[in-house]
Amino acid sequence: MATQLTINGASHDVDLPEDVPLLWVLRDEIGLTGTKFGCGVAACGACTVHIDGQAVRSCQVALGDVWGDVTTVEGLGTPDRMHALQQAWVEHQVAQCGYCQSGQIMQAASLLAQTPNPTDRQIDDAMQGNLCRCGTYPRIRAAIHTAAAKMEG
Amino acid sequence: MASLGKIARRTFLIGSAAIVGGAAFGAWYVGRPAPNPLMPGRGEAALTPFVLVTDDGVTLITPRAEMGQGTQTTLAALLAEELDLDWQDVRVEHGPPATAYYNGALMGEALPGKGYDQSDFMHGLAETIGKVGKVFDMQVTGGSTAMKDGYTRLRVAGATAREALKWAAAERLGVDAAELRTEKGTVIAPDGTVIAYTDLAAEAAEAPLRAPDLRDPADWKYLGKSMPRLDMVGKATGTAAFGIDARPEGLRFAALRINPKRAGMRSFDASTAEGMAGVERVIELRDGVAVVARNTWLAQQAVDAIEVEWEDAPYPADTDKIFQRIADAFDGSANSTMRDDGDAGTLPGGATEVTAEYTLPYLAHATMEPMNATALYTGDTLTVWAGNQAPTFTRDHCATAAGLEPDQVTVITPYLGGGFGRRGELDFSVYATQVAVAMQGTPVQLTWSREEDMRHDFYRPGAMARMRGAVRDGTAVLLDAQVAAQSTTQQAMGRWLGMSPGGPDKGHVDGLFNAPYAIANHRVRGYLADLDVPVGFWRSVGASFNAFFQDCFMDEMAHAAGADPLEFRLALMRDEYPAGAGVLEAVRDMSGWAGEKPGNTGRGVAFSYSFGTPVAQVVEVVDEDGTIRIAHVWIACDVGTALDPGIIEAQMIGGCIYGLSAAVSEEITFAEGEAEQYNFPDYDALRMHNTPDFTVQILENNAHLGGVGEPGTPPAAPALANALFDLTGTRARRLPLNKSFDLLV
Ligand code: FES
Ligand code: FES
Repeated sequence: MATQLTINGASHDVDLPEDVPLLWVLRDEIGLTGTKFGCGVAACGACTVHIDGQAVRSCQVALGDVWGDVTTVEGLGTPDRMHALQQAWVEHQVAQCGYCQSGQIMQAASLLAQTPNPTDRQIDDAMQGNLCRCGTYPRIRAAIHTAAAKMEG
Repeated sequence: MASLGKIARRTFLIGSAAIVGGAAFGAWYVGRPAPNPLMPGRGEAALTPFVLVTDDGVTLITPRAEMGQGTQTTLAALLAEELDLDWQDVRVEHGPPATAYYNGALMGEALPGKGYDQSDFMHGLAETIGKVGKVFDMQVTGGSTAMKDGYTRLRVAGATAREALKWAAAERLGVDAAELRTEKGTVIAPDGTVIAYTDLAAEAAEAPLRAPDLRDPADWKYLGKSMPRLDMVGKATGTAAFGIDARPEGLRFAALRINPKRAGMRSFDASTAEGMAGVERVIELRDGVAVVARNTWLAQQAVDAIEVEWEDAPYPADTDKIFQRIADAFDGSANSTMRDDGDAGTLPGGATEVTAEYTLPYLAHATMEPMNATALYTGDTLTVWAGNQAPTFTRDHCATAAGLEPDQVTVITPYLGGGFGRRGELDFSVYATQVAVAMQGTPVQLTWSREEDMRHDFYRPGAMARMRGAVRDGTAVLLDAQVAAQSTTQQAMGRWLGMSPGGPDKGHVDGLFNAPYAIANHRVRGYLADLDVPVGFWRSVGASFNAFFQDCFMDEMAHAAGADPLEFRLALMRDEYPAGAGVLEAVRDMSGWAGEKPGNTGRGVAFSYSFGTPVAQVVEVVDEDGTIRIAHVWIACDVGTALDPGIIEAQMIGGCIYGLSAAVSEEITFAEGEAEQYNFPDYDALRMHNTPDFTVQILENNAHLGGVGEPGTPPAAPALANALFDLTGTRARRLPLNKSFDLLV
């Protein structure tokens, strides 16, 4: 039986076993490749998306359990209409290999939605599940502060 | 524009100067121009192998892969600087596998000599010898060489293309080319006529190519500035395509299991897997199995359900036995004695002897994007999409695996989700090819689980050092260093070329024999461990362990000499290598080294010269209620010419974090012939909350252009270990440090 999903505002019927994780539905079935596979065990955050605005690890959410509207990095902003966080990422030239960055940005977006002006400590707490093997953390922190200031103002 | 795939299929020479960008000197064979791999369509001009002009734009072809180090942005800046393109209009593509893109600097690294003391003559010689890279089609992104290799070549290529476009405009307007100037992708005539490059493509293809003079660095518009990276918007919006994002029409997905004991397979039973949801095919590989399915996860579930009997490991079964074999190497004869000054065998009179032994673990690369490749085999062609650091070798090995000739193979190199040396290997592309051959006509993406990636790596070799030194009157008078480890060079070259170079392995002692300290009696010997644990190039290669041995021991000697550790190094380096002394002075001044610091903090310094760049780091650690936090790192590097300071800073910080991560918690251990680490919970890195603050200073006093992707890594671990000693009084002679210190994790 097909499962119905709303992803970035569009509705999709997915005919797959219900235990397939959302990550692979997005990447391999729907073709939204902005969400990345890093570990499959909730240890890296590369697969982070939003369900009803809340950051979740899509490798841990089974298709049958998706409880709300899904937003992926493609739905957050586009190259022509970037979200304030994405603009800040460009301003601070955050990415190196870039592979972790979709997840970092989606995690940060969820943080700013709940905590519009986070302290460094709050950034640490919210972001420490997101691994970056290239070591872009200092610039991620700076970009979050910049985006927060812009979104507040 | 015509797609690069199509363009590259045949080779095409424009005149005799197709590769004006660099192969004009050197020995006879290698001095001949390499064929231009770009085959332009009608009305397009491939002005050199690096510049393609079509009627809708100018594309710069970069010879090196973008794996996060920013190389494509700086390579594009080298071209655009001379070609006068508007930065907004700059487009880059990774070049196809081709001799024209050989890495001239990588082989130059193999020259005897310490590097830091290179005269201009030696530097030129390294460039010439580097052309050997061309004979082997050595198109490799590695060794922090992209800028050394491209610095002149790409500027010349850009200038050549500019002059060709001016020639075409001059012909059309009937004026002298010398009266024309170029700006923002156009040629401008004295009467104000403006002709876009794109409009001149066809005529420029006829231009007689000549090597023009290069611009004075004082006039640079792009080089020397922090340019907006060309890949940044794509990477901030999830639209940048990595290897794992290749989505050719009709794609199927595959997962694999390879023998974790790194040997063959006795038998397997896939009866359960074959009946599982979405499974299309089970494919036997020489040393494992793959499953093709409707999506990657279904393939992973099925491949995990296959029962396999593996052959035993070709190396000792556990970590202790492996390290025993490494230690045994000290009893054999030395593979190299790359430094032997004075008489290191005799303790100078009145000197105090200092000794220490160090042991460092095997390490995984753990690139953020797990290994993967996508392949389509049609019977007489093969297309491979693989984020890789060695396209020519990838092409050749995949051709062999598919039973094709290299020219029947197209290799596409998307962005690499981290490389660190791992993606110079060919295994992931070859496995994908084997699967594609079994699935003729259907493109298949083969993605490794994180577990496969970590347990099937080519590891940074475990290494041991026996250090003996002597101090007198506050300084070092003797240093006798011995290091034992497997040879990465021999293994990796064997995998690339099917043959291993004999003779002394310089990479094995890099960071030790060329540590620029003037010590009267100074010997460095390297011993190769006879072991078949798969090992490979890991960010900064030999320097990743040798800098630890060298600079931890410098600290021990300074302590024994009763000297300040930073001034102790400085005194030994000032005359030997002024640029090295310069970075030490810079971190001393930046960090307020000499000043007072609170009792709960410790500071350590380390220095390393690797890949042409001296780097010094001071690490500060703080004891917070019994938990030690790495608080701050000051970094100074001297790259000779800072082509893009923003990218260099990012590489210095990223390289340091990579080194600190390994030092704090990473190690690969073995039991029953298998790596015991599976995934990030067993092999973690620094994260946001335990990453220190950074202050970086980039100097430009070094005589030659140095690398930036790797040199930030080697000093990190010794600087941290030395800081922990300063704080606790305990020497760290083994890594990872979380085994003996209560570090914030
Ligand atoms: S892939 Fe989901 S947390 Fe790593
Ligand atoms: S930018 Fe490479 S892993 Fe984060």
